[in-house]
Amino acid sequence: MADASTVKIKTPAFDVEAIRKDFPILSQTVHGKPLIYLDNAATTQKPRQVIDRMYKFESEEYGTVRRGAYKISEHSTQLYEESRQKMAGFLGAPTKDEIVFTSGTTQAINLVAYSYGRKFIGAGDEIIISNIEHHANTVPWQVLCEEKGAVLKVIPVNDDGDLVMEEYDRLLNAKTKLVAVNHVSNALGTVNPIKEIIRKAHDAGAKVMIDGAQSAPHMKIDVQDLDCDFYTFSGHKMYAPSGIGGLFGKMEVLETMPPYVTGGDMILQVTLEKSTYQKPPSRFEAGTPPISQVIGLGEAIDYLNAIGIEKIGEYEHSLLEYGTRLLSDIEGLRIIGQAREKAALISFYLEDAHPHDVVTILDEDGIAVRGGHHCAQPTMKRFGVPATTRASMSFYNTPEELDALAASIQRCIKIFS
Amino acid sequence: MSYNKELYQRVILDHNKNPKNFREIKNATHSSHGFNPLCGDDYTVYLTVDDDEVIQDAGFVGAGCAISKSSASLMTATLKGKKIDEARVIFDQFHKMVLGELDPEKDENRLGKLKLFVGIREYPSRIKCASLGWHTAIAALDKAEDITTE
Ligand SMILES: Cc1ncc(COP(=O)(O)O)c(C=O)c1O
Repeated sequence: MADASTVKIKTPAFDVEAIRKDFPILSQTVHGKPLIYLDNAATTQKPRQVIDRMYKFESEEYGTVRRGAYKISEHSTQLYEESRQKMAGFLGAPTKDEIVFTSGTTQAINLVAYSYGRKFIGAGDEIIISNIEHHANTVPWQVLCEEKGAVLKVIPVNDDGDLVMEEYDRLLNAKTKLVAVNHVSNALGTVNPIKEIIRKAHDAGAKVMIDGAQSAPHMKIDVQDLDCDFYTFSGHKMYAPSGIGGLFGKMEVLETMPPYVTGGDMILQVTLEKSTYQKPPSRFEAGTPPISQVIGLGEAIDYLNAIGIEKIGEYEHSLLEYGTRLLSDIEGLRIIGQAREKAALISFYLEDAHPHDVVTILDEDGIAVRGGHHCAQPTMKRFGVPATTRASMSFYNTPEELDALAASIQRCIKIFS
Repeated sequence: MSYNKELYQRVILDHNKNPKNFREIKNATHSSHGFNPLCGDDYTVYLTVDDDEVIQDAGFVGAGCAISKSSASLMTATLKGKKIDEARVIFDQFHKMVLGELDPEKDENRLGKLKLFVGIREYPSRIKCASLGWHTAIAALDKAEDITTE
C-alpha cells in the first residue's frame, strides 16, 4: 500500500489543514476514533461561517420575507434576495430571477416534470434520461409518461460508466421533447458530456434539464455557456443546510410555465373565482420559504467562492487519483465506474463482503461511507451488483484519510475471508 | 448487560460463509420471498410443515449481507422440528431481543443460539438485516407471497 508521507498532493496553494478548522464536525470522534467523513455525495458538512451566519440571522435578524412592510421583514427579504443573486452568480445565470428556490433537487425536478412537463409533453412524445440517474431523475418522468402516454427512452452506459453517445444520437428525434440527465452521477462519479448532450438536444428541438445535485459544489458551472434550459441544485450537497435547493431556468422558458404548487406569495391577485400569477421566480415559490436556510446557502456560496471552485476541483481531483490508486491495489476490490472523466467519488465492490457489512466495519474505524444502491437501482442492475460501497470526497478530506480508508477495507477483507 | 457486543462473531461469519440449509425445497408446503429495498437483500424461504403443524424441513436461497444470511441460516436450523406456534413465539422473542426489548440473559426465552444476535441492538440500521429471514418465514406461514421490509 502506498504511504501518505511518500505521496505528495501537488496543490501548494491549498491549505487543507486550515480549511478543516472551519468545519467543527471534523474534530468529532466516532467509536473513539476521529471522524473520517467520506459520504459527501449524500450530504456535505457545514463550515462554521455558514452555521454562525444562520445563528446570527435567527437570533438577530429573522423576519418573514416578501410580506411585511416593517424593518426586520424588509431586511430579511433583502438578505433572501441577495442569496438568490449569489446563487445566480455561482451558476453563471444571467439574472437572479432565473433562480427558483425549492427544497432541493428532488422538488426542482418535480417542478419541471409537473409544470413544464404537463403543459408541453403529450401522448407519443419522448423523454430521454440515462441509465445512470438518481431515482429523483427517473421516477418523476415515469409518472409523467404514464399520465400523458409519453415514452421514456434511456441512454445506455458502457462498462466503464460512460454514456454511449452513439446511442444517444440514435434516440434523439423529432418526438423528443425533453432530455433530463445528471451532470455527475452520484452512483459512479461519471461526469457526463452535457455540453454535447445539450447542443444535440437543441438541434433536435428538445429542451434540456440537467440534474446538477452532484456537480454544483465541485466544478465551475456556467449555465449560459452550457445553454441548458434547467439546471438543478441541492444546498445540503454544497455545504449549505438541507431543506433548500432549486433550479436555474431560462426566463423565456419559466415564463411559459404554470405554477406547480399554489397558494400564497405566488399570486398577483386572487378573487374567489380566479387568480392571476406572479412572474417567475415567485410564481414557483408558494408559501413561506425556509428563510434561514436560504441565508445559509448564500453564505456557503461566499465560502466556496473565497476558496475558489477551480481550486476545490483541482484538489478533489488529486484526492480522487490518490484514492483510486490506493483502492486499485486492493485484491478482491472492484471499482464500479471508471469513466473518462470522474468526480471525486469511488464506488466499489468487494468479492467477499457485502456493502452493508463494509459500512459497519468502516464505521467502527470512524469512517463514514455509504453502502447501498445510492437511489440508482437501474445503475446497480446494469453493473450486476446489488449495491456498492461509496467513498465520496470533499476538499476537506486528506490523503491520510484515504490511507485510513484503505487500511479499514483491508481489515474488512480479513474479517470476511 | 453482559453480552458480547461484537457483531461479527466467528459463528456469524461462519454461517455467512457456509450457510446451513442453503437450498430450495422443491415440494415445500410454504414459501415466501423477502426483499429489503434499501440494500437489495433478497431471499426466498421454504418450509415443509406436516399435518401436526411441525416444521419438518426449512431452507432458503438468495443473497445479502453477512447479518441477513447468517441469521437466515441459524433460523432454518432453529425452525426444524419446531411447531408453528413455537416458531412464532421464537420469532417474537428474537424480534424483541434485536430491538432491545428483551434481555436474553434475564428474561425467559427459547432463543438458544440465536442469542448471538443480541449485539444487533447497538446497530439500529442492521435490525432489518437480522430479521429479514424471519419476516419471510413468518410470511410463508401466513401464506403471504412477497414481503418487503419497508
Ligand atoms: C444526482 C442526484 N440527483 C438528485 C438527488 C436528490 O437530491 P435531494 O435529496 O437533495 O433532493 C441526489 C441526492 O442524493 C443526487 O445525487
